[in-house]
Amino acid sequence: MRRKSLLERIRLFGRSAIDVVAVLGRSCLFLLHALVGRGGIGGGFQLLVKQLYSVGVMSLAIIVVSGVFIGMVLALQGFSILTKYGSEQAVGQMVALTLLRELGPVVTALLFAGRAGSALTAEIGNMKSTEQLSSLEMIGVDPLKYIVAPRLWAGFISLPLLAMIFSVVGIWGGSWVAVDWLGVYEGSFWSNMQNSVSFVDDVLNGVLKSLVFAFVVTWIAVFQGYDCEPTSEGISRATTKTVVYASLAVLGLDFILTALMFGDF
Amino acid sequence: MSVDNAYAVELKGVTFKRGARSIFNNVDIRIPRGKVTGIMGPSGCGKTTLLRLMGAQLRPASGEVWVAGQNLPTLSRSDLFDARKHMGVLFQSGALFTDLDVFENVAFPLRVHTQLPEEMIRDIVLMKLQAVGLRGAIELMPDELSGGMKRRVALARAIALDPQILMYDEPFVGQDPIAMGVLVRLIRLLNDALGITSIVVSHDLAETASIADYLYVVGDGQVLGQGTPQELMESDNPRIRQFMKGDPDGPVPFHFPAPDYRADLLGKR
Repeated sequence: MRRKSLLERIRLFGRSAIDVVAVLGRSCLFLLHALVGRGGIGGGFQLLVKQLYSVGVMSLAIIVVSGVFIGMVLALQGFSILTKYGSEQAVGQMVALTLLRELGPVVTALLFAGRAGSALTAEIGNMKSTEQLSSLEMIGVDPLKYIVAPRLWAGFISLPLLAMIFSVVGIWGGSWVAVDWLGVYEGSFWSNMQNSVSFVDDVLNGVLKSLVFAFVVTWIAVFQGYDCEPTSEGISRATTKTVVYASLAVLGLDFILTALMFGDF
Repeated sequence: MSVDNAYAVELKGVTFKRGARSIFNNVDIRIPRGKVTGIMGPSGCGKTTLLRLMGAQLRPASGEVWVAGQNLPTLSRSDLFDARKHMGVLFQSGALFTDLDVFENVAFPLRVHTQLPEEMIRDIVLMKLQAVGLRGAIELMPDELSGGMKRRVALARAIALDPQILMYDEPFVGQDPIAMGVLVRLIRLLNDALGITSIVVSHDLAETASIADYLYVVGDGQVLGQGTPQELMESDNPRIRQFMKGDPDGPVPFHFPAPDYRADLLGKR
């Protein structure tokens, strides 16, 4: 293989940078056209309900099962650590704070990217490759309003709700392990949790995080589908990109949001 | 600036590029109103691209695309969608909505662009499906249809709103002889009965020439020739003659440009 000269490497780096900026520009315009301006058609609410079902309701099973297990594991780990310090009564507080502040929004967003995000990308990519998006355009219907917008809104609405459900079932799973199995006193478990969890600092901040994640994950998913190369390989690449980019974005944003919300500096 | 009323679509000095590669170079095409116009040329010469330029799904690097008195590339996004309500396109794959059955596919344009009562929508859908011979298939899903049937349903959908301009992208590919004959007659019939303008993009010479009033032959990014089918058949231009007669040897090479065959076989990899 021919070795690339320094000049060629700089040129390739520059081209990659331009490509990244072009994609960012396209994705911003895409979002703007999808969410702002006229061109929507009748039956928008029905389209939204349909997408809420496929994006939100169909993700419930994986969210509930994961939430229960993660809550159970948290309680188990928390109990084994806290017992060493004689503080096993605080296991409820630990489970609740971990779930509400971090794991609820983050794990839900990661699961959502894998389950619903990849499905959205594949669905829109497939519509593109079978000319259904072109067909809509030529019928005089804007696919950004008819196809993309309901999916974006469905993601924005579903993910925070799923994150809340995740936290609730996680706490329930934690109580099952800690109280019913490991014998932590039920009164301490719940009262410690009640005393230490702040509605504004913990619950609302968690919801705020999941709103940001919902926005980013759904945006990445629908844009990757809409912008993909309309071939089987292109759709496959776009689906992978959705999961990778969305996961990295969620983890990166989580650090920034945590620093802003809980950082004491 | 306006267009001549005798033409439904006018491309003026249109240049279109994909990256650095020029697909069309300063092309002028005028589609006569109320006629069937065929756009022909060898595979890969950009016929479908031309159709997409006429529907403003692609934006030319330079030039004007006039449809019904509007220069489409200059329209705003919402005005463009309004302008497209008067066009119908039959895509090569049919492009049916896979989550809707045949009835709902054909009813779709009526539902999104009209306030017609359900009974009237049903009557119109049945009439359109009857015209393409698929009234009995209203409950079938697209994945239960053959390729040819999909395209006929797509045709019924394309004419649901009685468009002024109907564009066909390779309508004859994959049709059995019976359906082909019906489709050829149908394109002509729809054009004459509804008074619309039809643009047929195809490389099926016999079928297109049999219904077209006027033909364009495109290739190498330009219009190689134009005229009535008879005029093109009698053309002295060797490129047009080769295409119209289907000769394997001629100015249009069969082989993609490549190094010498012998040297390639015997040379180093």
